[in-house]
Amino acid sequence: MILAGTHAPKRSIDGRKRPLVAMDSVSKRFSSGTLALSDMSLVVEGGEFVSLLGPSGCGKSTALRIIAGLGDASSGKIDWPSSRINSRGLPEGDISFVFQEPTLMPWQTVFGNVHLPLKLRGVSQAAARPQIVEALATVGLKDFADAYPRELSGGMKMRVSIARALVTKPKLLLMDEPFAALDEITRQKLNDDVLRLWKETGITVIFVTHSVFESAYLSNRIVVMKARPGRVHADFPLRTSLERDAHYRTSEEYRQACEKVSTMLLEAIGSGEH
Amino acid sequence: MSTQGTASDTSAVIPSSFRNRNRDLLLRVLVPFFVLAIMVLLWHIGVTVSGVPPYILPSPVAVANALVTDWHTLSPALWITTKITLLSLLLALIGGVGFAVFLVQSRWIEIAFYPIAVILQVTPIVAISPLILIYAPSTQVALLICAFLVAFFPILSNMVQGLKSVDHNLLNLFDLYGASRWQTLLYLKLPASLPYFMTGLRIGGGLALIAAVVAEFAAGSAGAGSGLAFRLLEAQYRMNIPRLFAALILLSLLGVAIFALTSFISWLSLHRWHESSLKREN
Ligand SMILES: Nc1ncnc2c1ncn2[C@@H]1O[C@H](COP(=O)(O)OP(=O)(O)OP(=O)(O)O)[C@@H](O)[C@H]1O
Ligand SMILES: [Mg+2]
Repeated sequence: MILAGTHAPKRSIDGRKRPLVAMDSVSKRFSSGTLALSDMSLVVEGGEFVSLLGPSGCGKSTALRIIAGLGDASSGKIDWPSSRINSRGLPEGDISFVFQEPTLMPWQTVFGNVHLPLKLRGVSQAAARPQIVEALATVGLKDFADAYPRELSGGMKMRVSIARALVTKPKLLLMDEPFAALDEITRQKLNDDVLRLWKETGITVIFVTHSVFESAYLSNRIVVMKARPGRVHADFPLRTSLERDAHYRTSEEYRQACEKVSTMLLEAIGSGEH
Repeated sequence: MSTQGTASDTSAVIPSSFRNRNRDLLLRVLVPFFVLAIMVLLWHIGVTVSGVPPYILPSPVAVANALVTDWHTLSPALWITTKITLLSLLLALIGGVGFAVFLVQSRWIEIAFYPIAVILQVTPIVAISPLILIYAPSTQVALLICAFLVAFFPILSNMVQGLKSVDHNLLNLFDLYGASRWQTLLYLKLPASLPYFMTGLRIGGGLALIAAVVAEFAAGSAGAGSGLAFRLLEAQYRMNIPRLFAALILLSLLGVAIFALTSFISWLSLHRWHESSLKREN
């Protein structure tokens, strides 16, 4: 098991290591009394692709939401060492969130939905058009700008959701089981899309998933959480010299990565049960 | 062979969905119309055969006659009732939406004010109308207030429901992007509650007319500014039953028109995105 931060960040600003976000012993107790997170610390460097795994109910969503500023931590703090933060302590505009459901506004077209983050900043539709078109092109939905969400398939809706997350050119993309509801083929296709985006833009991704295979395929770092109370159980990098594509899926390295993640996950589940 | 060729040619020019929709629409209009025509015919035959006196049950012809000859008294009344109904509905829409937005601002506001709205709603309107008649400067204003009070509540309760059932994750998304209260209301809560608003509008439209009529029964005042309900009562006192029927027909036509108008507005604003207005194509 390798601890957070022991491997070199992909990009470092003026030689110094500047984490993008640092969770410092964050705890979260809900008003119902559930201790969802207990002293969770996690440092994420710029450019990392972190997969967050763990048994159901271990607090993955809670952790992601606290990072995004949706709901406060009961104790501990979140630092953004390389961002300018606003009055709410958030690097607004630097974070995007993709939920498990596409979460689109049904009364807006695809274009209108992707426009939303910019509209909330006061950018008019006309001024935002180039960025919206670009974001739609990135997810391959340029021709569907005028469609309403109900006219799209589940996978396409998810793409719109991703385009909306990308339109602000965020530094950090938080994804909470984004493809859990999709079929295997669509999911693999979208995995490749996300991977391509990550390589092209240098965006940092924290990706919550239940799929060992998905996490082993996508990420260069795995964080496994343990339940009751939620905390980090294992945190290790996944390095490969191979290009992550269809060939990688059949490679020995991929198999080993899956095995490692799987072992850690079983360990986390096992030690959580009493 | 040649007929088949022509048939497929036409279908290539006119999209089949369009033709189907037109035929569907035609049937929807023609069938009820036909049923209505038969019922009127039966009515006519029944009256002629049984020889019921017209002051008990007039024939449709007598009613049509009354509609034409009494048009000069009925049409101003129709106009007054229409005006009161639509104006009260408009005020109820503004008031209902405004009050709903106010109510959902905080839990305490809702706890404090919602019961008052419920009390207003559950009190039978006929029971307060004498009071309103005393306080209102004129009968018309009193009718307006009564119709407003009745139409107000369904719009309010639907709007409150709509504003509160906004998708939780969409609210989170707005939070994430630092949306102001005003932006969240304008871009999320109001559009999301549009289907609820439309339900309120359709119910409120029907109730406003009923209330305008009932309140006028209660008011029972005469004069130049009286509506259809008063003309109806008046016709009854004078045993002018054909005119009573004529007034009744105008009232139900008005009801149908309001229903059609509110349904059309609802369709117009929802048909592109909301499930309730979609034709299932799967
Ligand atoms: N709003 C809430 N109020 C009370 N308890 C909550 C709330 N949200 C989550 N919890 C509790 O906090 C714990 C962690 O929940 P969380 O949703 O973060 O788990 P998760 O790891 O995302 O699970 P899953 O993999 O099933 O999505 C759970 O025990 C849950 O019951
Ligand atoms: Mg979750």
